[in-house]
Amino acid sequence: MIHVGHAEDAPAFPESAKSALANQQLRANVRRATDVIRAKRALVVGETNDWQALRESGRQIKAHVMRHLDEYLVRFEEQCTRAGGHVHWARDADEANRIIVSLIQDHGEHEVIKVKTMTSDETRLNDALEAAGITPFETDLADLIIQLGRDRPSHIVVPALHRNRAEIRALFQKTMGLGTLGPEPEDLAGAARQFLREKFLRVKVGFSGANFAIAETGSICVVESEGNGRMCVTLPKMLITLVGIEKVVPSLADLEVFLQLLPRSATGERMNPYNSIWTGTRGADGPEEFHVVLLDNGRTRVLEDAEARETLHCIRCAACLNACPVYRQTGGHAYGSIYSGPIGAILTPQLQGMEHSTTLPYASSLCGACYEVCPVKINIPEILIHLRRRIVEEDGPRLEGLAMRAAALAFSGGGWLGLAQRLGRLAQRPFAEGHSIPSLPGPGAGWTDTRDLPAMPAQSFRQWWASRKPRGSA
Amino acid sequence: MLISLFIGCYNDTLFPETGKAVVTVLERLGHEVEFRDAQTCCGQMHYNTGYAAEALPVLRHFVKTFADAAVICVPSASCVAMMRDHYPKMAAETGDETLITAVDALLPRIFEFSELLIDKLGVEDVGASYPHRVTLHTSCHSLRSLHLGDRPVRLLHAVRGLQLTELAGQDQCCGFGGTFAVKNAEVSTAMAMDKVQAIVDTGAEVCTAADNSCLMQINGVLARTAPDRRCLHLAEILASTDAPATR
Repeated sequence: MIHVGHAEDAPAFPESAKSALANQQLRANVRRATDVIRAKRALVVGETNDWQALRESGRQIKAHVMRHLDEYLVRFEEQCTRAGGHVHWARDADEANRIIVSLIQDHGEHEVIKVKTMTSDETRLNDALEAAGITPFETDLADLIIQLGRDRPSHIVVPALHRNRAEIRALFQKTMGLGTLGPEPEDLAGAARQFLREKFLRVKVGFSGANFAIAETGSICVVESEGNGRMCVTLPKMLITLVGIEKVVPSLADLEVFLQLLPRSATGERMNPYNSIWTGTRGADGPEEFHVVLLDNGRTRVLEDAEARETLHCIRCAACLNACPVYRQTGGHAYGSIYSGPIGAILTPQLQGMEHSTTLPYASSLCGACYEVCPVKINIPEILIHLRRRIVEEDGPRLEGLAMRAAALAFSGGGWLGLAQRLGRLAQRPFAEGHSIPSLPGPGAGWTDTRDLPAMPAQSFRQWWASRKPRGSA
Repeated sequence: MLISLFIGCYNDTLFPETGKAVVTVLERLGHEVEFRDAQTCCGQMHYNTGYAAEALPVLRHFVKTFADAAVICVPSASCVAMMRDHYPKMAAETGDETLITAVDALLPRIFEFSELLIDKLGVEDVGASYPHRVTLHTSCHSLRSLHLGDRPVRLLHAVRGLQLTELAGQDQCCGFGGTFAVKNAEVSTAMAMDKVQAIVDTGAEVCTAADNSCLMQINGVLARTAPDRRCLHLAEILASTDAPATR
């Protein structure tokens, strides 16, 4: 089965958003964190002199890959295998989890150390591991916070963005048994380091996602900030990497573009502190056994839709989340998916199936901030509109559809608009107070519960124009 | 110059003063304005909500109505964005060569109000006087689709007596977003509350913009939280000849 985290059971966005909006602490945390990242991003993007050209290169490389995805994936498999790796193909989340669980079980292991990866949250790998008696240890600081708090990620790059330092300190004190933990970032990082170091040295299986899979060489590239990733991909005996099939790029040279675009867009850094690229196995240097699981999980379905295919270009930088005024108000959990914000609003419904997420494509004011910052120029507003169209065409809300058709008729000429305006003025009489309408029943209450609506004035513009004396004759 | 006014369905219905102001400014500058009574709507509400099939006859009607107009003025950045960003694709989807050609020919003749004044008519000072503290809301469509840049600011700077104060967070959406304002009323309002706070912080009496849609949203919240402030379309400020307050 396809899973995108828990999106298949998620409540409608407006419902989840309502409870998020009521959580002032959450909103303050999200606001503070996104403001910091946005400012850093703006600074390091502003200092480049070819940002728009870089974006266009990124877009073109990705578009080329999507046209030749079959060839590049097979090429990657050949090269990775030649270098001593093992490549597995997984149709969906369940199949990927089965492959990973059995690889670990076949080695008689019961623990795995993990690099931060959204893809394993997508497949709910940790649930599958735990069900099989295997303990996953998240080693990225934010993912550790999520794991210890039995929480869910609310941001693609900064999964614990909704938590502030005081909350994290309390969590560490409770779960690590540290009564005297200090409040400074250094104290918290130190506690995590202590907690994790022993796992890095003990656990025999490492697990990672991939930022890029390089077809030319069969290599995997992972970028990170904390060095935990480097530990996970070098210390264990066996390494398993889960890769969405859209993450393949043709050659190492393509990283010249993406390793400029990604860190600047994601964390506002010129370069990631840790850039790990590895190819197969090399005797006792690094893991002795290396497996790659290539994951479809709905991606070929996205590829089928030429209008929305660009969604697969995403390099998971989350710049669109940080720029989004809706995300800014609600945070990530409201999206009901591990992929939140604007990219989540287009990716989740397409991967999971439109019927599970009919409200997500409407969770945007189409302001365009996401498109503006996207490092690979995904036109998210266009795709949102396209998905809305699919929702309407597949199963439109009936009453809304009728109203829309009536309005379209009035807007198609024949004097109907003037008539509609006259009827509207009659209909608003019981509700209008002076120049405004403070309260409406039915769907109109959605507006007037929180805002005044202007009342229709006695005369429309067209009536005024018709009554106007010709110029010069006054 | 003969300028054909496309007022937009919601301006026609809810904000006729904006249309009258456009006529006042253009006639004051010595131009002739015409209003084609058959005109209706740009189709944006339908298109953006997912009703592309319903938006198509609205597009066809617009193209038919304005086919022979030399210069079309639209006092709504959002309607112009709809036309420029979506009409070519909508026309292409029909495969109707006549429509595709007609849309291509029509688009370069469509000007948002501040574009018309500055780019087409070459005017910054339209002879207005408005002795008030004003702040400018940069609508998303004017910012990211039309790239109006400093056109509205240049027009406002030339207005006698007007004191322009800069709005913080100019790139932040007001939360209107068409049917988004109703489908996601709570989030939409939360976004508007932030915008209103920024407006109040400027100390301005009036918030202006190139779009009445944003202003309807902002004013809807202002009316309940800061009723001493109000919103006014850019054209209405440019039409004003209020005498500056004498001290």
